Order: sequence, then C-alpha cells, then structure tokens
Amino acid sequence: MADERFDAIVVGAGPAGTAAAYTMAKGGLKVALIERGEFPGAKNIFGGVLYRKQLEDLLPEFWKEAPLERTIVEQRLWVLGEDSVVTLGYRDNRFQDPPNCWTGLRVKFDQWFASKAEQAGALPIYETVVTELLRVDERVVGVRTDREDGDLHANIVIIADGVNSLLGKSLLLHREWQPDQVSLAVKEVIALPKQTIQDRFNLEDNEGCTIELIGQTAGMAGLGFLYTNKDTLSLGVGVMVNDLREKRIKPYQVLDSVKRHPMIARLIQGGEVKEYSGHLIPEGGFDSMPPLAGDGWMVCGDAAQMVNAVHREGTNLAVTSGRLAGETAIAAHRRGDFTYHTLDAYNTAVKASFIHRDLKKYRGVHGLLGSGDSEQLFDKFPNALNEAIYQMLLVDGVSKKQKQKVAMRLLREAAGGNMDLLRLGIKGWRAMNG
Amino acid sequence: MSQSIEERLFTIRYKADDKSHLVIQDQLVCATCTDKPCNFFCPSDVYLWHDQERMTSVAYESCIECGTCRLACPYYNIEWVYPKGGYGITYKYG
Ligand SMILES: Cc1cc2nc3c(=O)[nH]c(=O)nc-3n(C[C@H](O)[C@H](O)[C@H](O)COP(=O)(O)OP(=O)(O)OC[C@H]3O[C@@H](n4cnc5c(N)ncnc54)[C@H](O)[C@@H]3O)c2cc1C
Ligand code: SF4
Ligand code: SF4
Repeated sequence: MADERFDAIVVGAGPAGTAAAYTMAKGGLKVALIERGEFPGAKNIFGGVLYRKQLEDLLPEFWKEAPLERTIVEQRLWVLGEDSVVTLGYRDNRFQDPPNCWTGLRVKFDQWFASKAEQAGALPIYETVVTELLRVDERVVGVRTDREDGDLHANIVIIADGVNSLLGKSLLLHREWQPDQVSLAVKEVIALPKQTIQDRFNLEDNEGCTIELIGQTAGMAGLGFLYTNKDTLSLGVGVMVNDLREKRIKPYQVLDSVKRHPMIARLIQGGEVKEYSGHLIPEGGFDSMPPLAGDGWMVCGDAAQMVNAVHREGTNLAVTSGRLAGETAIAAHRRGDFTYHTLDAYNTAVKASFIHRDLKKYRGVHGLLGSGDSEQLFDKFPNALNEAIYQMLLVDGVSKKQKQKVAMRLLREAAGGNMDLLRLGIKGWRAMNG
Repeated sequence: MSQSIEERLFTIRYKADDKSHLVIQDQLVCATCTDKPCNFFCPSDVYLWHDQERMTSVAYESCIECGTCRLACPYYNIEWVYPKGGYGITYKYG
C-alpha cells in the first residue's frame, strides 16, 4: 500500500460505512472501504430485522436481489412469566406489498451490500484494521492500518467502526462508553426444516414472524428475540452491561434460561445450534450521541450511538447516517473545503432526519434503564402481569370484583407500593413520550 | 438443548494470532478486585482468576471480540485492541 491518496476513506464495512462508500463512489469520489474482517459481515451479528425504506433510498428495489430471509408479516410481543406468557401481536398482509421489513443474516447481507459499493467503484481493503487516525493539528488527514506501509491519506475519513468505535474514542468523542450505555447480546442461530418453522409459526412460503421477549432476564434490564429465517431461527437475549456486571451471571446462562422456557422450548425443539455469537448494542440514545463531524471527519451509525432500542432499529439509522455523510462529502469535494464548516452540514442533515427525531423522542428511556428499576421493570412486573392474568382467567368461583382487586394488588406489589407504581408509570410514559 | 460454552464456541471459526490482543495491565489490580466480574460477564469465558497463582488467565483464542471487558472491568485493567486484520472470529451466519 504505497502512499495513495483518496478523496475519502471509510472505516468499517457495516451498513453505515457501506452506505457512505456507495454514496460517495456513485458520486464520483475516489473511495477506500476498509474492513477488519476477512470480508464485510465476518465480525457482525444482529437480530435481525432489515427495513425497506432507508435502504431503498439508496438502492431502489434492492429486495429483488438482496439475500434476505423472510418478509415479516407478523410481529409479536411476549411478556414471559416463569412458565407462562402474555402475548400481543399484529399481523397484516399489507406488510407484504410493498414489503416493510425482512429478517436477515449479516454474513450474507453485509457482503452483498458491500459488493454494491465495490461495483460503484469503492476500493475494498479488507482484512485490515485501522489502528489510528492520522492527524495534522486538529485535522484528520488519513488512517494508519496494520498493514505494512499501511498509511493512507484522504481529504475525509468517515468513521463507521461500530459500537466499540476505538477511533471515535481516539478523537475523544467519548472517553469510553459507560456500562449503562451499552447492552451485551448473545445469540444462537438454530437450524430447523423450513416446513417445521412454517408450521410452528403459522407461516406460508416466504412469510416471516418476529417475537420480542420481555421477562426472564434474571432481573436485568434486557430483551430477548426470536425471529424466523428461511431454515433457521435467530434466538438471542441482550442485557444492560451495568446489570450484567452486578449480577455475576454468565450471559449464555440467561440465554439458556430463555431456551428452557416452555413456550420457547417448543418452538426450537429438535433444532441444531449452528452458531453462537455475541455483540454490544448502543443503548445510550440521544444523550450519548457524540459530536458528528469535525475537520476532515464524520462519524456514523453505532459509532455515534444511533440505535433506537425501543423499536430495535439500528441498521436503518446506520444506512441513513452513512448516506447523509456521503452526500456531505460529495458537497465538500465540490467546494474543496473539508473543514468543520462544510462537514457540519452532515450534523444539520442528521438533525432534520428521522434519526434525530426518533432518538430524541425516546431520550428518557436510557435513564429508565440505568435508574436501578431493572428488577421491577424486567422481572417483577412481567411475573406479576402473568400471575394477574392467570387469576383473571381462572374460573374458580371467586367474584370478578375480588379478582380485579387481587390483580391490582399483584401489580402494585411488583412496583413496591402504590406510589412506586405511579412513579414508574409516569417515568415510563415520559421516557416513551419525551 | 443447552450446550456448554466449549460446544458453543466450537460453532465459530477462529483464526488465532500467536499474540494476545487482550492484555491484563496489572495482575495486582486483579488481586484486589473484589468481585472479579470479568469471570462472569464475558460471553466466551476468556477470563479466569486463579487463586493459587494469584492471576487472571486470558484465553484470548476464544474471544468473540464483543468489547464488554474493555468497558466493564471496573479498573479498566484490560488493554483491548482488535486482533490483526483477518484474524480472530469469522461468523458463518451473523
Ligand atoms: C443482537 C443484536 C440485534 C440487533 N437487532 C437489530 C435489528 O433487528 N434491526 C436493526 O435494524 N438493527 C439491529 N441491531 C443493531 C444493528 O446491528 C446496528 O445498529 C448496525 O449494525 C450498525 O451499523 P454500523 O455500520 O454502524 O456498525 P457495524 O455493523 O458494527 O459495522 C462496523 C464495521 O466496522 C468494522 N470495524 C470496526 N473497527 C474497525 C477498524 N478499526 N478497522 C477496520 N474495520 C473496523 C467492523 O468489523 C464492522 O464490520 C442489532 C444489534 C445487535 C448486536
Ligand atoms: S474485572 Fe478487571 S480488575 Fe477485576 S479481575 Fe477482571 S480484569 Fe482484573
Ligand atoms: S471482548 Fe468480549 S468475548 Fe472478548 S474477552 Fe472481552 S468480554 Fe470476552
């Protein structure tokens, strides 16, 4: 790698980096796309659900050729009791046409997406770690890689290195994420015959279904997920790292207990675990977002904490932020100015987009997770709700009025009393409607 | 259907470097760390405290590169970098 110059260097070939590289290459810029994995996707996992809208903005009708699993027509929410479940769901065939979202697997998807950037002209530099940003004073002028003679220079560096973002840290965008700003998810991909999946989840052909799981995370703030792929299931559970550190429970033991739950066990029964994996998820939300641009650099996706945890959206925020950064780079290239003055347009564009608006709406959720109420919200409540509904539905001669009283008492007790129930209710409402 | 962590890690393809990308900076700090939470929160059981030798061992070859230990060690006692380009884990599904 002799001292080559690029208009822009992108670090990280996840959805954010690839979207940026694709946008810039298509706009005629000379772009390098650097990825530390053997290929894009090699290091990446997610739930995961891929959304149409933001990818379509980049690649119209991409779903006709992209490696996607199933088109989601039904989304369920399960509140788990110890051996029971309260279920809520929504199914609608309108989600088929146009498709709203799909399940996917990152190894296939990220490679395919990156191939689009390569075809548009971005130079792939894989199996290469960026170890450092090259700087002249405050200005970022390139990257140092772990290849021999591995310095590369560019007018702009787009930092899309994911949740750990060691490069963002080196710019002091964050000192280090606090344990309550990230969750750790562990996941398994479980193989089952296609027909078995369709029978168990009430699906036909390419229809898919997602189940979000609340409860049975050992009193830690966290969520589980069970998604249908073509001939595999994605099952995982993510818990806040601050809770995990305190509880001294191994993450895969939480996954095991979810797998043993009678409602889950029957869905995965007979399946073969094809892969175990783990990854952090940004959970800090709006108030954890770092500055997004400076002299010669912009930061996108997970590296900027752009995840909407309430709606499990991340890839789409990543793609849009990458596209906006790419467009800003093209404008900067035309102007011949790569300072903060020009790149600040990226900041403005993010502010005007759904990324900023959605993250702002839920800005209070992070406080809710870090507030020490995890035990109540993620353990006592789900259990109490299950018990309350059991009591309500059990026909045993006790009057309905009495049953209602018992149900209310259970929920109140789970919260730690009337005032606490009220307090949690208000806090929860504010967090979701901030 | 629960599996041991060894069976689980067996599902992932590793290309281990001969040099660890994870380094305990000071074993004395581990000795005074009361909870030794790294022995629990790591999703692939990389860290283990040995009472007799008074040290934390690091099975870096099993690391799935999640980053948790870097930010969750209460004393930031773990020097954490990515494995060299192309080394470490490669997922098949993701
Ligand atoms: C368990 C789980 C479930 C999720 N579920 C969903 C879901 O259902 N739907 C959804 O939309 N989102 C989901 N997300 C979030 C989503 O995966 C992320 O928001 C998204 O992947 C962020 O994209 P990114 O490009 O910013 O980062 P990443 O996808 O993490 O990509 C970063 C890339 O940079 C590379 N890299 C990092 N550092 C360097 C370096 N120094 N040098 C070279 N390369 C480097 C990495 O190898 C990686 O390929 C989930 C996440 C997890 C962990
Ligand atoms: S948590 Fe940190 S200080 Fe404590 S034992 Fe582990 S590495 Fe050592
Ligand atoms: S990065 Fe994750 S898997 Fe690797 S040692 Fe640290 S906690 Fe364990």
